[in-house]
Amino acid sequence: MNAADNAWTLVCAALVLMMTGPGLALFYGGLVRQKNTLAIMMQSFALMALITVLWALVGYSLCFSEGTPIIGGFRYALLRGVGVEPNADYGGTIPQLTFMIYQLMFAIITPALITGATAERMTFGGTVVFMTLWSICVYAPLAHMVWGKGGLLNATLGGRFPTLDFAGGTVVHITSGVSALVCALYLGKRTGFPKEPMPPHSLVLSFIGACLLWVGWFGFNAGSALSAGGLAASAFVATHFAAAAATLAWLAAEWITRRRPSALGAISGAVAGLVAITPASGFVAPMPAILIGLVAGAGCFLMVTSVKGWFGYDDALDAFGIHGAGGTIGALLTGVFATRAINPVFRDAPVGLLEGNASQIGYQLVGIAVAWGFALAGTIILLKVTDLLVGVRVREDQETVGLDLTEHGEEAYNLEM
Amino acid sequence: MKLIKAIVRPNKVDDVKDALGRVSLPGMTVTEVRGHGKQKGHTAIYRGKEYDVSLLPKMEIEVVVPDHLVDEAVAAIITAARTGEIGDGRVFVIPVEQSYRIRTGERSEM
Repeated sequence: MNAADNAWTLVCAALVLMMTGPGLALFYGGLVRQKNTLAIMMQSFALMALITVLWALVGYSLCFSEGTPIIGGFRYALLRGVGVEPNADYGGTIPQLTFMIYQLMFAIITPALITGATAERMTFGGTVVFMTLWSICVYAPLAHMVWGKGGLLNATLGGRFPTLDFAGGTVVHITSGVSALVCALYLGKRTGFPKEPMPPHSLVLSFIGACLLWVGWFGFNAGSALSAGGLAASAFVATHFAAAAATLAWLAAEWITRRRPSALGAISGAVAGLVAITPASGFVAPMPAILIGLVAGAGCFLMVTSVKGWFGYDDALDAFGIHGAGGTIGALLTGVFATRAINPVFRDAPVGLLEGNASQIGYQLVGIAVAWGFALAGTIILLKVTDLLVGVRVREDQETVGLDLTEHGEEAYNLEM
Repeated sequence: MKLIKAIVRPNKVDDVKDALGRVSLPGMTVTEVRGHGKQKGHTAIYRGKEYDVSLLPKMEIEVVVPDHLVDEAVAAIITAARTGEIGDGRVFVIPVEQSYRIRTGERSEM
C-alpha cells in the first residue's frame, strides 16, 4: 500500500462527487426555467443517495467482480470482502475500499448527466425507478466490459476487444449521452417547444456549475491513474489543455457564425472538451490533447446549434449533443493519438494509430458500437418498463405550473421584494 | 392636481429624482417596468436558439403635483431624462380627482 496514492485517490473521489453536487446540479439548474430549478437539482442530489446504496448492495459487484465478459458477478455483493487490503487488479497500491468509493462517484454522475435530456418534464418517481434500473442494466455492464477483469472491452485485464477508455469516455459519456437522446425522443418535446421561448433562467448558476465541473474533472481524469505519479500528472495536464482548446473552438465558431461570443458558449465548449479528453487523458501528450479539444469544441457546437434543429428532438440541456457526441469524438481520437510514451498499456507495442497500431481504431469502433447499442436498446426497454410501472411524463398542467411546485411542493426562489 | 407618470431609462432615475427635488416636490413612487415603444429590442442567442428580447427594462416614476407646478415638473423630467436617442421614454399627465393621507384620513389638496 502507498499512502500518497491512497491520499490522492480519496481526494479525487471527493472531487468527482463535487462534479455532480453542486457542479452538474448548478450547471443544469441554471439552464432550466425558474419553475423547474429545484426539480433538476433534486434529481442530481437524489442520485447521489440512490446510486450509493445500490452500489453497496450490488452495483460495485456487478461492475468489478469477475463474472461473464458482459457483466460481473455477486462476489462483492453487500461489499463482502471489500476492505483495506488492495485488490491487485484495481489499483494495487490503494485499499480496495478507496477504489470502490472512487468508482462509485462515476456511477453517480453518469445517470445524473441523462437528466439534462429529461429536464422539465419527467416525473421524480419515474426518474428514480428508471435510474435504478438503468444503473444496473446499462451502466454496470458497460463499466464491467471496459474496466472489469475479463470484461469484453478491457484493454489490460484480458478483454476480447481491447478498447482504450482511461476515465470513462465510453462508459460514462457515450452511454449517458446516447441514453439521453433516447429519453428525449421517448418523452417527447416539452409543451410549447420549440415555439415558446425557454431561455436559461440563470446563466450565473450555470457558470459556477461549469467551473466546478472543470475543477472536479481533474479528479475524474487524473484520479483514474489510481496513483499519485507521472500518469496522474499527464492526465491532469491533458485534461486542462483540452478544456481550454475546446472553449476557444466553440467561441470562435460562435463568433464567426453568430457574430457574438457568449458565456454559455464558453462554458459549453469547456464541458465538451472535458468530455472528449476523458477517454484519452491517460494516453495522450499535451499537443494532441489541444487538438482533441479543438475538434470537440467545434463538433459539439455543430451538434447543439445545427444538428439538433435539423432533427427537431428536444434534448433540453444538450446531454446528447455534448456527452454523446463529445464522448464519441474522444473515443475515436484516443485510438489515433494514444502513445506508449505516456502510457505503455500494451508494454512495448505501439498503442495508437499514429505510432503504427492501426487496429486500435477498429477496437475503439467496437467499443463505441457496443456502448451505443447497449444504451439505445437498454434505455428503450427500461423507459417502457418504467412507463408501465409508474409513468415517466408529468401532466401538461403540471408542466405549465412547473415541477418544483407540482413534484416537490417547493419553489426555488422566495425572494422578498 | 395632476398625476405625472414618466417612463424613463433606468440609469436616468437618479437625475430625474434630483431634478424633481429642485422643483420642491416631496414625494414620488418608482416602479420597475418593461415595455417598448419605437425602440427595437435585442436578440439573445442561447446555444444557437434565438430569442427576441423586445420588452426592455424601464423605470416608471409617478408624482402627484399641484396644477401650478405641472409645467415646471414636466420640463424638469424631460431635461433630466433626455439623451436624444430612441428609447428615452414618455411623460403622461393625468388629472387626479381626490387625494387622502392615510395616517390622518384627511383629504389633502397636496
